[in-house]
Amino acid sequence: MGRLGFLKATLAASMMLGAMAGVAHAQDVTVGLITKTETNPFFVKMREGAEAKAKELNLKLITAAGKFDGDNDAQVAAIENLISAGAKGFAIVPSDSKAIVPTIQKAKDAGLMVIVLDTPLDPMDAATATFATDNRKAGELIGKWAAGTLGDKAKDASIVFLDLATNQPTVDYLRDQGFMAGFGIDVKDPNKIGDEDDARICTHEISQGDQEKGRTAMENALQKCPNVNVIYTINEPAAAGAWEALKAVGKDDGSVLIVSVDGGCPGVANVKSGVIGATSQQYPLKMASMALEAIAAGTLPTIDPAAGFLDTGATLVTDKPVAGVDSIDTTKGAELCWG
Amino acid sequence: MSDDAAGSTAAETGLKNSVTEVASFEEDRKGIVRTIQGVLHEYPTLIPLFVLVVGSIIFAVAAPGKFLSPLNLSVVLQQVTIVAILGMAQTLVILTAGIDLSVGLIMILASVVMGRTAVAYGVPVYIAFPLGLLAGLACGFLNGLLVTALRLPPFIVTLGTWSIFGALNTFYSNSETIRSQELEAAAPFLLWLGKLFKLYDIGLFFGMDLPWLRGWVVTYGSVLMIVLAIILSYILRHTAFGRHVYATGDDPDAARLSGINTNRVLLAVYALAGLICAIAAWVLIGRIGGVSPQAGQTANLDSITAVVIGGTSLFGGRGSIVGTLFGALIVGVFRNGLALSGLALLWQDFAVGVLIIVAVTIDQWIRKISA
Repeated sequence: MGRLGFLKATLAASMMLGAMAGVAHAQDVTVGLITKTETNPFFVKMREGAEAKAKELNLKLITAAGKFDGDNDAQVAAIENLISAGAKGFAIVPSDSKAIVPTIQKAKDAGLMVIVLDTPLDPMDAATATFATDNRKAGELIGKWAAGTLGDKAKDASIVFLDLATNQPTVDYLRDQGFMAGFGIDVKDPNKIGDEDDARICTHEISQGDQEKGRTAMENALQKCPNVNVIYTINEPAAAGAWEALKAVGKDDGSVLIVSVDGGCPGVANVKSGVIGATSQQYPLKMASMALEAIAAGTLPTIDPAAGFLDTGATLVTDKPVAGVDSIDTTKGAELCWG
Repeated sequence: MSDDAAGSTAAETGLKNSVTEVASFEEDRKGIVRTIQGVLHEYPTLIPLFVLVVGSIIFAVAAPGKFLSPLNLSVVLQQVTIVAILGMAQTLVILTAGIDLSVGLIMILASVVMGRTAVAYGVPVYIAFPLGLLAGLACGFLNGLLVTALRLPPFIVTLGTWSIFGALNTFYSNSETIRSQELEAAAPFLLWLGKLFKLYDIGLFFGMDLPWLRGWVVTYGSVLMIVLAIILSYILRHTAFGRHVYATGDDPDAARLSGINTNRVLLAVYALAGLICAIAAWVLIGRIGGVSPQAGQTANLDSITAVVIGGTSLFGGRGSIVGTLFGALIVGVFRNGLALSGLALLWQDFAVGVLIIVAVTIDQWIRKISA
């Protein structure tokens, strides 16, 4: 899911190793959880889920994370440490879904079970199994909701896309193209942003999934698209930033629909207060606890071979449901939210 | 040296049409290149000003009707405010020939201290806000202490504290975002700098109907940025402390020998930089309408970029706050202008990179004159 990197642009990047933090228990079975960073609430929640499950199943859990999003070296070191520690297996959210593959192969050769969470490897079958959100479906849900909410006006919509990054990581195009498909836009190449010719697409801007940069991106977009009435955002911080930009020009009167993906607690609260119209919620805690269960048992749950990964689900959260799109309200969404 | 060769070639070209006798080397017979070099050495802020004007003209043509609109220029001003304020903190440090890699994280940490103390712990804002300022001051003071007492290189010190402040930020914030509605309810004061006013209304208030002010909207944060720039410029130019900052950066040994307590100057500079970062935190909260522990990830390097493009020398002793303000505006204008011209973010990054290298090259060239 390509969450925003922490301090990825800093000088010290190459000097840092991932922090290894052990939770000491007297158990025999050791399992690991490796996330992209320690700071992102998405991964914080994942770790909480893993810690709770490890306690329940009496496992020794070793957690590790990179210093920033994209920190492959730290994840390699963490896997090597887990192999040395004699772990039975581990769950990992890969920072670099290609570069980590040889190291994961090494772990599999050493007999470890490797469950990849959230961001599939490239190739996906390099892992023992993958548990992730179907990001394309998450995008489709908000696309359908936006089209349904606009009704007849959908054919004259002016849409701004606040995407993640210029290099279009997997999560970026899956959500963006999913939204378009759900909204009824011909996506052309379903794995590429920007090759569409639908007149309703006003502009694509880069938000880096960050609140401040999201605001800046939206401010620039407003210069190009003064009549915008739909804003797709890669995640909820970007949505919150876009809202501030709208507020500054008096467009916070409900005339512009903002949709997003994630389902973090601040995001759900923003749906409740009308900042975001609808968001697709994903479930990091569930990903981690299911992975630990599978590793402890040594068996995998049934996985749909067509998808190639276990879909941990995405649910539309909105207080203004649209016919034909299943959704939950913000009260329910707040119970299930993370971060 | 090649530079001298180039200089003398240029000088000869200049001489060709004027003096036909044997070349003389009087002071007033310098070539035009040397003259420009001299003027720039005297007024280094002219370069960023020139780049700013040229950039604006280019984008006025490239994005007609969009770039030069009062609303868009207002937006650019809002977009650069945070980096400009952080850049001022960075300028103080760089003037002493140091560098502060931790400014961005001091800002985020201070914003988290302000916001979380007020919202999550229910502390009144008149305590939470000064606590945030104090946190920034303390971070800067720690940097200064390590640089002076342990005599460690500033690069290493602030690389270390960058990591430490990052960890403290994660610890205190629990990686939780505070939304604007929560702040609005518990501590609306923290959002105040994000509020906008129309310049036209200010004109009307003073009984003047100035139509050319229509469309200009400014945040209180931008006003604070300008006030801060004036205060800091005054301090640097017209107080003993300010002159000591330049002297310490230019030649610490000479400064010490002439009776300046350079350690005290350095300590004060780093602490003041920390405090300014905390002020930037207040602006940040207003701009993003909340507190996000993950915001401002690129702020460290952005602040250094603004300082360098603004003509302040990384070798210390030369540069100005106004230059940094221009530097931040240049980056903002180029990013906004390229975006409005329809260029992808990667070309914005590319352009900023070119600007940095050009700025440093010019700085090196100007420095030659003093040799």
